Amino acid sequence: MATQGKIKGAEIIMESLRKEGVDLIFGYPGGANLPMYDALHKYPDIRHILVRHEQAAAHAADAYARVTGKAGVCWATSGPGATNLVTGIANAWMDSVPLVCITGQVVSWLLGRDGFQEADITGITIPIVKQNWLVLNVEDIAPTIAEAFHVATTGRPGPVLVDIPRDVQQQLCEFEYPDKVDIPGYQPTVQGHPQQIKKAAALIAEAERPLILAGHGVVIARAAEELQELAEKADIPVITTLLGLGGFPGSHELYQGMPGMHGMYWNNIAIQEADVLIAIGMRFDDRVTGSLKDFAPKAKIIHIEVDPAEVGKNVPTAIPIVGDVKAVLQQLLPHVERARHDDWRNWFREMRRDHPSIAIPETEKILPQYVIKSIYDRSPGDAYYATGVGQHQMWAAQYFWGDNPYSFVTSGGLGTMGFEVPAAIGVQFARPQSTVWSFCGDGGFQMTMEELALCREYELPIKFAIINNHFLGMVRQWQDTFYDHNLSQVKMFQPDFVKLAEAMGIEAIRVTDKAMVPTAIDAALQHPGAVLIDFHVEHVEDCYPMMPPGVSLSDTIDQPPVAQLQEALR
Amino acid sequence: MSGRLHTIVALVENRPGVLNKIASKWRQRGFNIESLTVGHSETPGLSRMTFTVDGTTNDIEQVTKQLFKVIEVVKISDVTEQETVARELALIKVSTTKETRSAIIEIVDIFRAKIVDVAVDSLVVETTGTEDKVDALISMLTPYGLKELVRTGRVAMVRGGTSTVGAPQRNGQERHFKPAGEGKPKVGSLI
Repeated sequence: MATQGKIKGAEIIMESLRKEGVDLIFGYPGGANLPMYDALHKYPDIRHILVRHEQAAAHAADAYARVTGKAGVCWATSGPGATNLVTGIANAWMDSVPLVCITGQVVSWLLGRDGFQEADITGITIPIVKQNWLVLNVEDIAPTIAEAFHVATTGRPGPVLVDIPRDVQQQLCEFEYPDKVDIPGYQPTVQGHPQQIKKAAALIAEAERPLILAGHGVVIARAAEELQELAEKADIPVITTLLGLGGFPGSHELYQGMPGMHGMYWNNIAIQEADVLIAIGMRFDDRVTGSLKDFAPKAKIIHIEVDPAEVGKNVPTAIPIVGDVKAVLQQLLPHVERARHDDWRNWFREMRRDHPSIAIPETEKILPQYVIKSIYDRSPGDAYYATGVGQHQMWAAQYFWGDNPYSFVTSGGLGTMGFEVPAAIGVQFARPQSTVWSFCGDGGFQMTMEELALCREYELPIKFAIINNHFLGMVRQWQDTFYDHNLSQVKMFQPDFVKLAEAMGIEAIRVTDKAMVPTAIDAALQHPGAVLIDFHVEHVEDCYPMMPPGVSLSDTIDQPPVAQLQEALR
Repeated sequence: MSGRLHTIVALVENRPGVLNKIASKWRQRGFNIESLTVGHSETPGLSRMTFTVDGTTNDIEQVTKQLFKVIEVVKISDVTEQETVARELALIKVSTTKETRSAIIEIVDIFRAKIVDVAVDSLVVETTGTEDKVDALISMLTPYGLKELVRTGRVAMVRGGTSTVGAPQRNGQERHFKPAGEGKPKVGSLI
């Protein structure tokens, strides 16, 4: 058989990744992807990062994609390797993150026969990927990978999965990479409809209390500059969703912070008072809207969104504009008239003066909010932050008022505890020169703490801050608030995090005294390597403001009733 | 599901896994598919599906939008509000005796149905028509004893010259779609 010019399927995978500009893969080897790992050493320009659990590979690639704007790539073997990716894929799916997963599969003649380490991963992942493929012929590898990157990164981005049986990785074929991909059933809209754009500009011009609600779409489309131009030109206050944080400069006078379940009180009321709501790259999640029938009763809504299926899904919109957020904002800007909204701006000033929302009480105790705010205050302006899920995440979001664009990485839609550790790893690989903080819950940290070993191995100088309240804090808060203080399974035995970090070869500090907080943060920032700080914060501290689930934004509780607080602290 | 029966027509790439993906989107929202038919379309490599689903127009629109996001779905349309020709085919195996056979044949003739198989104690009747017509024929034949019944479910086409769910054209030329091939699937997820 003539083999001249032919290379193995596994090498075609590598060549294809090179064509896509991939220089970093997070992965874990196993029986079904052995040929891929065999080919790896021939491609020194593509770096492979060995994780300790495949979930971390998916999360790290996800965070890498969020920070760089490029697709993240992760590898796993068949069966358990592939199923361990599932949480990470679902996380990327909910937050629209371009993630390309390449999994090994059992040899093709064993497919569907329950061979060792077989899992029908293309079947399993159908509801949580934009598209997946089982490649059964070596000549299909290159076109499939080209299609995979195209689908993952265009339109509303999202995860894709390419499953390749081991024998297909070993077959020989000439490498030919398609220059362009054309999928008949996949033609994402980029430009907004000109008529809709004009109508939106006219509505904005009429508005007296306009409000911009910016979401992850602004971050994904890298449209922070256009958003700022729009806000400044028409003098419109800006609020950002959890995933929109970093899409608008936090120190800007028009910026008002986050709305929603744990958002700023004034923003939840502002949504109810606004006459025109300009929703940009967001999907009206229940954590933002509260009760849908009571949402923004006075507002006409302009919805700029790349995914037509999101238009009208949760709230009726006056002017939907389907298209890429950056492209649509560029189209819209010339039509927008300069304006002033002094009364509305004053409304915000007064609301913010009268409602403390995130003021931190003076106390000798170590409040978690104080720790988080201190980290923000003492870190360089170009620092990046990854969070887990729960109370610490909400505080991290509430006190994030930084200017570094796209620097806040969090699991929004899926709410994946344990995201904080691998996410910080992905961010640090994306931004090797920057300070990267991982805000960890003491619960979530225990889900993915095995990856500390990776930090040591690759000498990642990540700063881990465990906001340790010795509780699954958010669940504890809900049990206290909504389940009559019946605390159930929210307190767990805790390892000695300092010793644990040391065992992993990482410096660690335990903070039990308020005076130590700034010192420990500064010491961590000055240390060239990774540092873990175990902040023993106040055990029972509730996250407020809070909009109880299912109620109107108008019913947001700015501060907890004092009686309830005392009861909780008793 | 409170609402009414909607007829949805989709043009999809003929690949393994497509049916699974489409069914999965309905399942996720808790819909029950009342009927589903799939077959080759006028374009090689593309299949046309007709399905009927019970629900409110708004709910159906939400799922239809989600279905359009399935990469292999080339076009999809809820044709409930449009003038359509909708038919289904049924095969009905009826018990017969010497005494009842002629009465059954008379009913079959009235319905302009066909007898496609005869045995000593049974007949197989083939009929095409609207669901109402098929229902009526079945109810007429039931007293004689139904041994077996199979219905295709609705297939629908919009009336008139335009094709609302037609194959996409490029520069006036018909596009080429790679047929999935017989036997072994080339690329795609297994159903």
